[in-house]
Formats: sequence, structure tokens, C-alpha cells
Amino acid sequence: MIRFENVTKVYDQNVRPALDDVSLEIDRGEFAFLVGASGSGKSTFLRLVLKEDRATSGAVYVAGQNVAKISSWRVPRLRRGIGVVFQDFRLLPQKNVFANVAFAMQVIGKSRSVIRDTVPEVLKTVGLEGKEHRMPHELSGGEQQRVAIARAVVNRPGILLADEPTGNLDPTTSMGIMGVLDKINQNGTTVVMATHDDDIVNEMRKRVVELKNGVVIRDEARALYTSMIPIVGQSRRLKDASGREEPPPAGPADQGSSAGEEQR
Amino acid sequence: MRLAFILSEIGSGLRRNLSMVVSVILVTFVSLTFVGAAGMLQLQINQMKGYWYDKVQVAIFLCSDGSTAAGCASGPITPEQQENLKTLLQSPAVAQYINDFQFESKDEAYKHFKDQFSNSPIVDSVTPDQLPASFRINMKDPQKYQIISETFSSQPGVETVIDQRQLLERLFSAMNAASLVAVSIAGVMIVCAILLIATTIRLSAFSRRRETGIMRLVGASKTVIQLPFILEGVIAAVIGAALASGTLWAVAHFFLGEYLSKQYPDTAFISPGQTLILAPALLILGGSLAGISSLLTLRRYLRV
Repeated sequence: MIRFENVTKVYDQNVRPALDDVSLEIDRGEFAFLVGASGSGKSTFLRLVLKEDRATSGAVYVAGQNVAKISSWRVPRLRRGIGVVFQDFRLLPQKNVFANVAFAMQVIGKSRSVIRDTVPEVLKTVGLEGKEHRMPHELSGGEQQRVAIARAVVNRPGILLADEPTGNLDPTTSMGIMGVLDKINQNGTTVVMATHDDDIVNEMRKRVVELKNGVVIRDEARALYTSMIPIVGQSRRLKDASGREEPPPAGPADQGSSAGEEQR
Repeated sequence: MRLAFILSEIGSGLRRNLSMVVSVILVTFVSLTFVGAAGMLQLQINQMKGYWYDKVQVAIFLCSDGSTAAGCASGPITPEQQENLKTLLQSPAVAQYINDFQFESKDEAYKHFKDQFSNSPIVDSVTPDQLPASFRINMKDPQKYQIISETFSSQPGVETVIDQRQLLERLFSAMNAASLVAVSIAGVMIVCAILLIATTIRLSAFSRRRETGIMRLVGASKTVIQLPFILEGVIAAVIGAALASGTLWAVAHFFLGEYLSKQYPDTAFISPGQTLILAPALLILGGSLAGISSLLTLRRYLRV
């Protein structure tokens, strides 16, 4: 469904590439996590799939088409086949839940009757039955993200891209969102989710693609957030973390200083 | 559905940006009024030229019943006198100065008069009998008017010889200067209008960037995303153009029709109806200016 062939993306000649010779294939119906630190190239990956940016070299195929060869007036058609969800939901604040979801259908010219039939169905899928007439500010973060997901999938795209969809949500709400994404994936939609949320990745046990400095350093099926095979940088970080967790020798003074350290 | 959607987008855009939209309307209104004023001056010049102005320079009016001029003491011109004048015009002494000449009978004079003064109340009180017949002369060199005047003024049956062109030329050059001024002001105002429309569309695009961002992501076509903005500018400009057309009509109706034509009953003025031929030109000018400037602005400020 998504195939990257030796893709390199350079934003600035003087800085290392955002993606460096990445080759990757995500099959139809797959659920894949993209993990890695900020700046590792996750967002660039998603932008290239959407043809928001053009690869400096290499080829990006989406649904069998080389996106570089799609003429600009056909880009909308490409994007109709891709749903996108963001960390900040991006709902329209002056429209209610129904109108927010319906907006995605209106702008591509769906008829009123199709919209009336489809939107409630999709809202049911994401678990927002009966909240059609609420305004976004009346909803919790999790509910808002469900609206955003409903909007992303209402036109039945083959691919759903999620850029840290749980970044603003607490763990319990996040698991609810993951349930929704999993359900959508079960219905046959390819889901690619960029995330920092290790709990979620560990819970879901799906394919994990780890990026670091624009390079794929790990691609495992049914994997965890951190590799089970230790890598050099990773193990040092773990060691550092465990070192901090060691109980301080003794005394209230020491505790004070460690608190100060944390504040810093 | 899509049309209804675009219309509702335009509506919300106009509402959100009301003060800017009003200023676009006013600026296009003022600039197009100046364009229209220049157009009206040209129409008025054409009207005053009447039937003969572009064709002949000198008119020899012949005595008629009501003539009071000294040369007409013996009453209206006789057929022999008229024949003599014609012979004189064809004689080599005169013919060398003129290209050709035409005879305008009383009936023809009445017809041309009616056309020229169609908007004036005077037309109802004039009959063919009151209008003099005339010879209309097209000069080889308009400067030689004196020769014709001297030759014919003293001929029996001639009421007067008039160089129409000389009478009107000064008035027309003043009016041409006025329309040039109007066009220059219009030019400056149009530049203002274009810049203001560009700024308005930019603001509008900025205030709706959430919507357009989502539209882009869900695969709305370029047309659906851009059209509301372009039409927003075009609608504002067209309203301005309509106001300008209305103003010109009002000037023609109230100022020229009701006031000036009573002050100067012997001058032919344009009718309010004639100013309406300027309206489509103003509407098209306003609409296309707005359309082009919004399109160029969107290209820079709205990614699709």
C-alpha cells in the first residue's frame, strides 16, 4: 500500500537529511507504528506519503502510484484515499460534531442524503453515538480525537495516517483511541501511526518501524516500543535511566538537591 | 451540493471580513465612478457633435420664414437663389477649398435635430418649418474658413455662415481634459482597489486557514478551495461597480436631465439611459480586476 524506495529528503543542504535512503513497504491492511525521537523523520515520512513534500531522491509509491508522477490537479484524488489524524485534533470550533465530520464529505461534493446516512454510521464506529450536536469545546480530548478520526475515515480511505494521535491524551483515553484505530484497521484500512507512546506500542504488539536521524534502525513485527535486541545507544540510555533511579545514599539535604536537579 | 457549499463558504467569508469587504466595495465604487465619469464625458461630447460635426466643418444656413438676420430681409430664400449658391459652391474659385458639400433640407434638419435633442424638452416645441435648410461643407483645410465665410455671408438668401467646429472645439478640449483627469484619478484608485482586494483575500485566507487545511487533507479540489475566496473579491467589486453605475445614472438623470438641460435648453445632453451602456463595462472591469488580483494573491498565500 505504501512503498518507499531509497527515499532521501533533504530540507536544508547544510543539515543532515530528514530521511536518508529509506526503503520500506507497508502492506494493505497492515497496522504499523513509526517510532523514534523528535526529528527522527516520522513526520517527514507522513508528509511524503501525502505529497505535501517531494522526495529529494528515491520513489514513494502509494496504492501502486508513484506520487512524484501524480500531476498537481490529481493530488486531491490521492488525498481522498488517505485519512489523516493529528495530535491537536484540528476540528472546526464553530461547527458541531456532525458538521465537522460532514465537512469532509461536503468539500468533495457528496450529496446531502449520502452525508446524512454516512456520518451517523461513522460516529457510531468511533463511539460517539448521540453526540452529533455537541460542539468541540464541550467534548473531552478523547472525544475530540474520535471526531477527528471519524472525519478522517468518513470517505473510506484505504490508508489512515495518524501523527501522534494520543500525544495530548491520558493513558486510559489513549487506549480507547487505540481501540478505535484497531477497529478501523480490522475493517481493512492500512494504519500508519507515528508515536512516542511506549505503553501503547507495547500493549498493541504490532509492527514497529523505528527511525533515528532519518534512518530505519529497526523494523520488527509484533514488537515493543524499545528493542528486545539491545543496541548501543539504547542500552546506554537505559543504564543512565537506571542510574538515576538508584536511591540516594541518605539525608534530607541530598533529597533536596535531587529535587532541584529534577526541576532543572 | 458543492455549489450550495461554495455559496455558504462565500457567505461566511463575507460576514467574517465585513469591514474589509465594505472597504473593497467603496474603493471599487469610487474608482469605477471616475472611470464612468470619463466615459460619460466622451458620450456627452459625441452627443454635442450631433450629426454633422465629424463630416463637415462649415454650415451655410439659408433664410427661412422666421429669419431675422439682415441678409434675410427679403423673406425666405427663393429656389433661384438656392440654385445660385449651389453653382457658386461648384465654381472653381470655391471648389478648390472644399472636398464636397451637402444640402440639408428642412425635413432632414428636423430629423437630425430630433436625434440630437432627443433628451431635451425643446424637441416637442420645434417643427420642421422653424429649422433653416443649409449647405454643409467639408473643407479641404478647416483653417480656410474665412474664405467661405466672406464669399457666402453677403449672398442673397444666406442667413449666416458658421464654423461649427471652431465653436465647439474649445468646449470639447476642456471636456477632454476633464475626462483625462478623471481617468488619471481612476487609475490611482484602481491600483488602490487591486491592492486592497489582495489584502482582503489574504486576510480571508488567513482567517480560514483551518478550514482550507482540512479541505486540502480530505482531498477537496483546487476549485472548491479557491473559488469561495475569488468570488468573495469579485462579489465585492461587482457591488462597487453596480453602485458606480447607479451613481452615473443618477447624475445623468438628476443633474443633467433635471437641472442642466433646463439651464441650457439649447444644448444636447445625454440621457440617463445612455449611461447604462457604461454599466456592463464597469461591472466587467470591476469583476475581472477583483478576480485576477484574488487569483494572484491566492497563488502566493493559499497552498493547495
